[in-house]
Formats: sequence, C-alpha cells, structure tokens
Amino acid sequence: MTFINYASREINCKIVYYGPGLGGKTTNIQYIYDTTNTESKGKLISLATETDRTLFFDFLPLDLGTIRGFKTRFHLYTVPGQVFYDASRKLILKGVDGVVFVADSQEERMDANIESIYNLRLNLKENGFEITSMPYVLQFNKRDLPNLVSVEDMEKELRLKDEPAFEAVAIKGIGVMETLKAVAKQVIMELKRGGK
Amino acid sequence: MGYSNIVLYEEEYHQIRNVLTRLNQEANARVVFLVDKNGQQIAACGEIENLDTTSLASLTAGNVAATDGLAKLIGEKEFSILFHEGEKDNIHISLVGKRVILVIIFDERSSLGLVRLRVKRASIELERIFEAIVKKVEMERQSQENGAASPFAEITDEDIDNLFSS
Repeated sequence: MTFINYASREINCKIVYYGPGLGGKTTNIQYIYDTTNTESKGKLISLATETDRTLFFDFLPLDLGTIRGFKTRFHLYTVPGQVFYDASRKLILKGVDGVVFVADSQEERMDANIESIYNLRLNLKENGFEITSMPYVLQFNKRDLPNLVSVEDMEKELRLKDEPAFEAVAIKGIGVMETLKAVAKQVIMELKRGGK
Repeated sequence: MGYSNIVLYEEEYHQIRNVLTRLNQEANARVVFLVDKNGQQIAACGEIENLDTTSLASLTAGNVAATDGLAKLIGEKEFSILFHEGEKDNIHISLVGKRVILVIIFDERSSLGLVRLRVKRASIELERIFEAIVKKVEMERQSQENGAASPFAEITDEDIDNLFSS
C-alpha cells in the first residue's frame, strides 16, 4: 500500500523479497546497501539469529530520487525463508506494493522453490492480494553454481504470469539492480494507474 | 491491489503535528511519533535529531505485528498497548483506530501513568483526524474515477528510468 505524503511530498512504497531459505534474499539487499550512495540509503536492519539466518526481517530504506516533485522512497524487506517462520512471513507481507521472488537455481532446491512460491501465493491471499494482479518479479539466483536447473525449466516450474525474470549471482551483484528496477517500475506504474 | 493507498494531505498533516506536539509537552516525553501499521512513518516530534526514525518506524510496526500475532494465537483480539522499560528510556506503544501506531519515548522526567493519561486524550483526537482522512481519500478516488487527473497520471517511462540513473 503506497503511502503518499503531500505535506512532505514523499511517496513510500514497500517491496518484499520472498523465497526459500538460503536463496539469497538478504544477499540481494546487502548488495544494494553496499553499492548505494550514503545519502540515498538508511540503515540496514537485520533481525537475524546468531548464525546469520533471518529471524524476522531485513529492512533497507532507499531514496531513489524524485518523480513529479515527489521524493520516492522504497522500503525493502526480506522475509525469513525457513519453513517454520511462516507466521512472520505473513506479517511482513502486510501492505506490500511489490514482490521479488528469489529462487535458488540449484537442482536440489527446486522443490523448496516450488513450495515457497505456493506459500507466497497463499500468504498474499490471506493479506488480500492476488499475485497475478500485482507488481511481481522473478529472480533465478546463484547462476554461478554447479548443478543448475536450466532457465527454461525454471521458468516452466516457477513462472506465474508474464512477470519479468532475471538471472542473478546476488553475491557478485549480477542481476540485483535489474531485479529491483523491474519491480520498482511496476510499482510506480501501478501508482500511475491509481493503484486500487 | 487489496487496499487503497494511504494519502496524507497538508491540512491533516498539520493537525496531526499539532496533536503530537501538544502530547509531547503534556506527557513530558522525549519523542512522540506516529507510524502506519505497515511501518511507514507519518509524523514525529520532540528530540528526533539523532534518532533514526525510519528504522524506529519499521521496527515498531514489526513489533506490533508480532504482538498482534501473539494475541490472535491465544484468542485475544489485540493487545492495544505495549510498554518497554529501559534503564533510562521507556517506550509506550499504542494503537489508534485500527490503522496507526502511536509511540512515546520518555525518561524519568515523566511516568507511565502520565503518559497513559495523555495518550488517551490524544488518541481520540487522532482517531477523528484519521476518519476525516479516510473520507477525503475516498472522495478523491471517486472524483478520479469521474475523470479528474491524479498528479501521478502523467508519469512516463523516462521519469522512472531517471530514478535509477543517478
């Protein structure tokens, strides 16, 4: 749910990175944090366990500049990917404007991808959203690893509509900004349409 | 999308600021701020110069959402007040209406009793303002459906590309 503040001339949008555990959601946000100018970003907050697994969420506020005189701010969130944190995932999807699904390209993680995408649809529905009619981008991460599923097969298994899909190696930053840009673009287009 | 967007206009923003400023003084608080349930900061006042209010807003919303989840688990509708006690500073969090979260940070110059008392009155005023906002947004939306242009209707692909070029 976009928050438009006419008093401070600001637009705030919420983007959530979703996907199976250890798929690279936090790595995406970390890369964005590391490569953005200090003045355009806020603090990166990570609520993680001692072993660096996301416990509740990561949060990164990002200023992308102005559009039609309005300062455009994106709040990036990740969810905890591990199956048993479902209650937390549901909470983080509240008021979301756009979703990035970070899929793990390794063959042994395909089942986890499929389960997570099913879980995403379910949790969005519970929050009153339908994935087919909201800003959504698919990312095939870890393309540098052995034992990869081909992009065609991943698309066949994971594609839900005509969403943009990107190959990525988030740890090296490949595909990260392209993914963010694609989802941000859709969110702003939604705003243009009047986002109901 | 599932819900309509939240829109805050200048007039209501100033009304909200006035309520928060008064609450800050009357409750002897350090900081008073208002956050939307999704973690977007609406307004803040008090000693906020060295405070990361964006992070504060997001964590507060996460905190409230998690507590809300706990309430539902045990069959409660909600826990409408959260209180965190620190060595020097304390945080009082309460829900206003169903949509916004009022946060007060205070130290030994105030007390929980005083804060609760002042929050009660301010909440009623804030609720009234938010009801007016909801009505206004609804009217605005209807007029847009009837053909009036939204300020964002003119956004072009180029505008969006420019966002990422800097």
